[in-house]
Amino acid sequence: MKHLISSMRIAFRALKMNKLRSALTMLGIVIGVASVIATVAIGSGATQRIQQQIASIGSNIIIVIPGSMSSSGVRLGTGNAVTLSEADAKELVAQCPDVELAAPVVRGGVQAVYGNNNWATNVYGITPDYLTIRDLSVADGAEFTQQDVDGANKVAMLGQTPVDNLFDGADPIGQILRIKNVPFTVVGVLTRKGQSTQGQDQDDVILLPISTAKRKVIGVKQANADAVDTIMMQAKSGAQIPAAQEEAGALLRQRHHLQADEADDFSIRNLEELFAAQEASSSIMAVMLAAVASVSLVVGGIGIMNIMLISVRERTREIGLRQALGAKTRDILTQFLVEAVTLSIAGGFIGIVFGIGASLLISQIAGWATAVGPGAVLLAVLFSALVGIGFGYYPARKAAYLDPIEALRSE
Amino acid sequence: MSPLIDVRDLKKTYLLGDIVVNALQGVTLAIERGTFVAIMGESGSGKSTLLNLLGCLDRPTSGRYLLDGIPVETMDRDQLAEIRNQKIGFIFQNFNLLPRMDALENVELPLLYKDSETPDGNELGQRALADVGLAGRELNFPAQLSGGQQQRVAIARALINKPAILLADEPTGALDSHNGAEIMNIFQRLNRTQGITIVMVTHSDEIAAYAGRIVGFRDGLIVSDKKVTKPTASVEVVVAHTAAAVLQ
Repeated sequence: MKHLISSMRIAFRALKMNKLRSALTMLGIVIGVASVIATVAIGSGATQRIQQQIASIGSNIIIVIPGSMSSSGVRLGTGNAVTLSEADAKELVAQCPDVELAAPVVRGGVQAVYGNNNWATNVYGITPDYLTIRDLSVADGAEFTQQDVDGANKVAMLGQTPVDNLFDGADPIGQILRIKNVPFTVVGVLTRKGQSTQGQDQDDVILLPISTAKRKVIGVKQANADAVDTIMMQAKSGAQIPAAQEEAGALLRQRHHLQADEADDFSIRNLEELFAAQEASSSIMAVMLAAVASVSLVVGGIGIMNIMLISVRERTREIGLRQALGAKTRDILTQFLVEAVTLSIAGGFIGIVFGIGASLLISQIAGWATAVGPGAVLLAVLFSALVGIGFGYYPARKAAYLDPIEALRSE
Repeated sequence: MSPLIDVRDLKKTYLLGDIVVNALQGVTLAIERGTFVAIMGESGSGKSTLLNLLGCLDRPTSGRYLLDGIPVETMDRDQLAEIRNQKIGFIFQNFNLLPRMDALENVELPLLYKDSETPDGNELGQRALADVGLAGRELNFPAQLSGGQQQRVAIARALINKPAILLADEPTGALDSHNGAEIMNIFQRLNRTQGITIVMVTHSDEIAAYAGRIVGFRDGLIVSDKKVTKPTASVEVVVAHTAAAVLQ
């Protein structure tokens, strides 16, 4: 301990003697650490953003869509069959223990009109459970209720985008909106959700009671009046998603009278899987960026080694004197190692400050989300200390094993 | 009692490129405790090589070296460092003070490499400086001191671990005759009052005359070894001593 403290004092003194040189040597580590911090911040910012987007869709969501259908040998894509029904949704909640909620959804594109304005948007016919599953709430006004669905009332909830485009800043609550010439009373405005992971505007939507939507706006499918486009389910917890999926699949096969050798006429998708892949790719990107940035750390380390070698040569006589006065191999080794580590850790701390500054600047200028975690900072400190020890060891060892007589004789 | 330094048939061979240099060709020398020895000889005579070997800075090619009864010729680097720290004080021609440290820090440097803690290090350092007449100069840097003062700081540094031997390599070589005499007076006082054994390499007869024994070297061998019946003494011994005592 005594040795370490005095070694540190000697090191600080030596570094202070050559301020400019020490600063330039540190610069390599500063840049290295700063770029690692900044790239990791950008990477984890992107990951966080994806996680936020996933959360914005709702939690523990399972989507059931109809399977493909073939009509006279022409196979249509997934989702065209009319195999799912509102009754399916009811039974899914009733019979699957791991399913919390199931909401039937019908979709369509419409032109909404208010006064002189009109706007093309998406119409979803839903039940109030949909709001819970998607984690939607109203910013203004009220949600429509199951009574509105049962009574096929002409009420609508609007996303922010149609509100902005139709009402010119006026309060939309209580106003009458026309969709396909049917008047709808606006009862609520939804809280802003932002973009989805695919860049879709999740706010460009009008929600109607599923009954009203079917009868007045989208129209009923001829084959099955009860048919829906999608069933959105919510598992009781994240861990219960696979079980819920399994139960739902079994129930739907049974309800659709499928034989054991027949393929499913629906498909069940779990959004988490989709997003997990996206998250993984963004974190791979982050790791790659950090790897590139750490190359500059290594370059910084070589700079330290270079300067330490020069320093050992310049101070050969001092080393010889210290040896004559009784300094052991370990004493000299520690002295120079502490000097190298001091350089690299000081550089590391400055680098962290610059890295955090850079990531703030990036999020300001480029508008990218960045997040500097304590893990990244800790890693940077650890890494810079390792660089100091790693690249300082060779020069320090060289100093420690100098021949005292030759060292004393040198100029 | 065995002599403090007991060297038998010491040989040292260097390889300078392809040329083999026989720096010491079989030196046998015994130095009793409390003697002040001057080693004289022309450059290349092997006297500095002997001093390096006596100082445990180097190992002989062959021969024995008993320091205080301990054979040191087979010790490893760190063991030798320990011996240097504990038993030997070095005085160099060019003082070898560290320029970035003040006088007190320079004096305390050997304490840093001691295995045991020295809690009263500052006090020891101050006393050592006062002992060579430099009380009040603790915070001066070497560049702020005259040559004679710098060499006195070096003497204080050499003495701080209370070594048995002081090894001096041309200690007055970089000083004028007045300062040189002053250093010699300090040597004599240390030798007489504290019983410190001093081995000094010089090629000045005048300086050598302060010692009690003069050993002559030529071509790596001892060619003469005489006792000095009446070493040079000077009143300045008294002056320096009393000055130090007064300042203390």
